[in-house]
Amino acid sequence: MQQPKSPLYTEYHPRWYRPRVSVYWWLGQSQYLKFILRELSSVFVAIAVVMTLLQLRALRGGPEAYARFQHQLQTPLVITVSVISLFFVVFHTITWFNLTPRAMTVRLRGKRIPEWLIAAPNYAAWVVVSGAVSWLVLRWH
Amino acid sequence: MADTIILEIARYSPERDAEPGFQRFEVPVHKEWVILDALNHVKDKIDGSLTYRWSCRMGICGSCGIMVNGEPKLSCATFLSSYAHNGNVVRVEPLRYFPIVRDLVTELSDFLGKLKKVKPWLIPKEELSLSDGEFLQTPEQLEDYKQFSMCINCTLCYAACPVVGLDPKFVGPAAIALAQRYNKDSRDRGTQERTAILAHPDGIWGCTFVGECTRVCPKHVDPAGAIQQYKIKAALDWVKGLLMPWGDKKREEDRNAAA
Repeated sequence: MQQPKSPLYTEYHPRWYRPRVSVYWWLGQSQYLKFILRELSSVFVAIAVVMTLLQLRALRGGPEAYARFQHQLQTPLVITVSVISLFFVVFHTITWFNLTPRAMTVRLRGKRIPEWLIAAPNYAAWVVVSGAVSWLVLRWH
Repeated sequence: MADTIILEIARYSPERDAEPGFQRFEVPVHKEWVILDALNHVKDKIDGSLTYRWSCRMGICGSCGIMVNGEPKLSCATFLSSYAHNGNVVRVEPLRYFPIVRDLVTELSDFLGKLKKVKPWLIPKEELSLSDGEFLQTPEQLEDYKQFSMCINCTLCYAACPVVGLDPKFVGPAAIALAQRYNKDSRDRGTQERTAILAHPDGIWGCTFVGECTRVCPKHVDPAGAIQQYKIKAALDWVKGLLMPWGDKKREEDRNAAA
């Protein structure tokens, strides 16, 4: 007798039920939604980077080009995108800073240093760099 | 705390059903009862056909994993009283993403195959005889891998990981954490062999760092941490190979020695 390719269902070879994963799996649980938002935030980080590059290009184009760029920034669409981008960039930064202790184990004299001590320097650097940038911008204004 | 609580249990009989359905059972709530006690009560007193796995009832055998209200839990370590508020219904389902054999029993052969693939055993540099004495290990060396050795293969992390659900080839959190358990052991020389298997899109690079595996782990193994640390190591090895190609020869020798 020829053996069937896949074993058929018999009393002793039960048929398994294989659940399908819904396309909307990430909506069911807040942690999954947070993860998807964290991944999505990369798009807005990219938008912020492109905006900065465009700003630099406008700056190189001289005062007139820069004034035109500034004018374009004031349209409602760009303002909306910028506000959303700001939210996601902050979200991106905080979520990834909080995850650094997971990926890094630092040992000092044989002992694993506490998680907050790994996350803290990231936040400190963030504050210092933000402060330095604001100082530069405000001084030239 | 309510006197009784409704358990809504997923039922699936391969002989009878095309897909799982739910059946409700009213069970008493005792302060010291865990969900497993309630399941045992249903099986003893109400419906003897209810099928589920359990063994040690003390959080060490790893066989009683189920979904409780959508969260992967060990049924022996989840108190019924924490769900027992008036009118509450507790939904009990088999672990997510696994094929279902019957009721709450899932099929584990896929997981066991993946586990075996990562060689979760000590691969010493050379076979030593008993007369060579013991392998000495300092407390620091033990500390390096101890956390990952606490895994009980309960597969709650698989039920928590959306990548497992979306990509059936993904090796998964527990298997990678157990690979790290042996990689980090000072007695082991099998890292190269395991990395050859795990530095792959179905291995560590499949992980998107959702972090849920670590959150649901009943033994605080931190598989997400293990995978990210593994990624860093694999990336550094790759850079080293790029900057110091002559090191490849030594790595090759190590690999051959390990094999």
